[in-house]
Amino acid sequence: MRRLRFPRGGIDAPNRKRQTRRASLWNAAIPRTSIVPLVQHAGEPAVACVAQGDRVREGMIVGRASGECSANVHAPIPGIVREIRRIDLPGGTICSAVVVDMDGEFDLLGKRATPQEWHSFDRETILGLIAEHGVVDMDGSRLPTPLGCAMPKHRPCETLILNGCESEPYLSGDHRTMVEHASSVLTGLEIVARLVRPAKVVIAVESYKQDAVSALHAAVRSSRLGYQVVRLRVRYPQGDERQLVRTITGREIPSGGRASDVGCMTLGVTTARAVHEAVVYGMPLIERVVTVAGGAMAAAANVKARIGTPIGDVIEECGGFNGTPMKVVVGGPMTGHTVIDLDTPITKGTRGVLALTAAEVRRAPTTACIQCGRCVTACPVDLNPTRLYKLITHGDLPQAVCEGLLDCTECGACGYICPSRIPLVRRMRRARIRLDGGSGE
Amino acid sequence: MGVPVSDTPLGMMACDPPQYHDRSSTARIMWAVTLCLVPAAGWGVYLYGSRALLVLAAAVGSAVVCEAAAARLASRATLRDGSAVLCGLLVGMSLSPAVPLFIPVVASAFAILVVKWSFGGLGGNWMNPALAGRVFVAFSWPGFMATWVTPRTLAGVDGLAAATPLGVVQSAGPDRLAAPLTLLREAGYPVSAIDGSVTSWLNVHVLGPIGVNLPSGYVDLFVGNVAGSIGEASALLLLLGTIVLFARRIITWHIPAAFFIGFAVCTSAFGGLETEQGLFAGDVLFSVLTGGFVLATFYMATDPVTSPLTGAGMLIYGAGAGILTFVLRAYGQFPESVALAIILMNTVVPVIDRFCTPRRSGRRKTRHAS
Repeated sequence: MRRLRFPRGGIDAPNRKRQTRRASLWNAAIPRTSIVPLVQHAGEPAVACVAQGDRVREGMIVGRASGECSANVHAPIPGIVREIRRIDLPGGTICSAVVVDMDGEFDLLGKRATPQEWHSFDRETILGLIAEHGVVDMDGSRLPTPLGCAMPKHRPCETLILNGCESEPYLSGDHRTMVEHASSVLTGLEIVARLVRPAKVVIAVESYKQDAVSALHAAVRSSRLGYQVVRLRVRYPQGDERQLVRTITGREIPSGGRASDVGCMTLGVTTARAVHEAVVYGMPLIERVVTVAGGAMAAAANVKARIGTPIGDVIEECGGFNGTPMKVVVGGPMTGHTVIDLDTPITKGTRGVLALTAAEVRRAPTTACIQCGRCVTACPVDLNPTRLYKLITHGDLPQAVCEGLLDCTECGACGYICPSRIPLVRRMRRARIRLDGGSGE
Repeated sequence: MGVPVSDTPLGMMACDPPQYHDRSSTARIMWAVTLCLVPAAGWGVYLYGSRALLVLAAAVGSAVVCEAAAARLASRATLRDGSAVLCGLLVGMSLSPAVPLFIPVVASAFAILVVKWSFGGLGGNWMNPALAGRVFVAFSWPGFMATWVTPRTLAGVDGLAAATPLGVVQSAGPDRLAAPLTLLREAGYPVSAIDGSVTSWLNVHVLGPIGVNLPSGYVDLFVGNVAGSIGEASALLLLLGTIVLFARRIITWHIPAAFFIGFAVCTSAFGGLETEQGLFAGDVLFSVLTGGFVLATFYMATDPVTSPLTGAGMLIYGAGAGILTFVLRAYGQFPESVALAIILMNTVVPVIDRFCTPRRSGRRKTRHAS
């Protein structure tokens, strides 16, 4: 089997998955109160279709998609809407959230619906089911999956890639999902393959996930689908769409473009599973796999948690903190954001909850740039982060854009490697917010 | 990274991604380089006695005091980043142990105050401070720079040991028509007993079978049994230090390799012309073991602040410095050819950086609007 990697850039960060890569999935407790943000996707907020005091059933739509990039939001637990309030999400999104207090009967919990014979569904039905059940790309872009499946007319999909890299440190949710739910993931992939009709389907997994590779191999063989499983060299950010497409097909996604521009589509493992659940079992997206890890956690785990569960509940269920965390991070350590409020809910895009100690963070004061060029070497999209940083600092945004500011994928490689601990990612991120008309702060 | 936005009762902080970092930091890099230099500096102190230690102490002390003063004026605290100590050590190591003590003080002060802090401190300078300090005193007080100390290891051996090998060869005059080592021997430059035994062992067991005969003298140059600057004598100890630098990826191979190749190719091709030995008769081994070449290529040319960002840029910069070193050494008037070559290349680094940016992913070609 080939072991591939993308040609330039990237970092060898310690992946710190020993804690979690063998931790089997288990169901987290159903939260007594669920906080369901109406923005859990790229694009416009969903519009609340319940009001304070309303009784909601499990899996009922509480927020309807409004616009192309929007997605439905469902009630993860049955109960009564206590209030609809504004909340801050990690990363700076401010949106409304439906707060549901648990009450009443569970309609879906523990009751497995009969699988639907999805092979007989037509394309529109499948797309409708995926949209209805609020499936979005849960591994990165948070784009609604029907939109992700839309290929340009003139460019049919040649390669569909299942992204099983999970190259971000600490996280093992995708890994465990592939090991324990290989056939479900594969069915999700098959459904998407039905939609985009690729010439070739490739399953890409980082090479050390040998158990996942074997599980997927077995599933592919028994389903006679003829999908190819490839192992990739471990290197961050292998799981980013650009690097993955480059590695598998040798094609570069044009600046500002999408994978579909070079005839590719990538699908995350968690998303594939959600597609399977939505289409075959009619399950709305009300639950996801979350890795709970970090040196300040009493125990590491991979849990299936309901959307809207406060992260504090999950942390508590995993045994609570072991010592004082320096940071509590939602998401991975490279791209995730810190939270200071443990009532922050788990959303569709929450891949992990990490409690990091000072020793793990390796914090140091920011010092002057010494022009070492490590950020340039680390940048997987071949930017010059230190120069962009200076241009932004001097207020020359047009020149920064000219030198590729908008190509930055915010993978965090430059910020990780910088010996002067210069907040490169923050500076570029905020400059882009400013360009989009935001305040930048 | 980042500033804590607010502290919760849990003592947590809010930061932008990435949330964890590589272990390296500027201070770790600077202190690591400093430690790698210590063996070679220690050897210099052993060779030339306590006087060498005084020179080193004066250079480091002056650098630290100047850094503290400048940082204080700028309301910053930069002593801990180690760059001042490293700069002072490099200045001291590139000086003769016989200089009056005000020389290292002035050299370090010039390096820190003029070259480094007038451009904003670490990271702002466009010229290597240690080299600039060294060159500044060399041009200001050339008389003091040409006195040397006989190394302890050669004290019992007859001959003219209180001069640098390169100095002897260069001062041999226009009628010197022989290879450098021959000139050294003719000038009565001593060879240690160790050199004799190691060379003969090498000739019998290693080089003999492949048909090469090593003249005596090179081993002394390699180990550092010669008169010279405090830290430039021992190529062996300097090279040992670079193992750590490479292992910790503090320096990459680009600059030293290009520097060496640029210099070696020129020396071997044209080095023999002056002595009328014809093309391809230059003595590369002698040239790289003298004149502080090893210290300069591995520890000074690789200074991140004043070298290019990308591998391609580093190759151009290194090769340019190598070629310039040869030109200045063969046809220049000053013994500081390596230092001058690096400083000259420092000045073109911004241009190199402009043209050596990587081709951006997803774009056909790189275009730099100014």
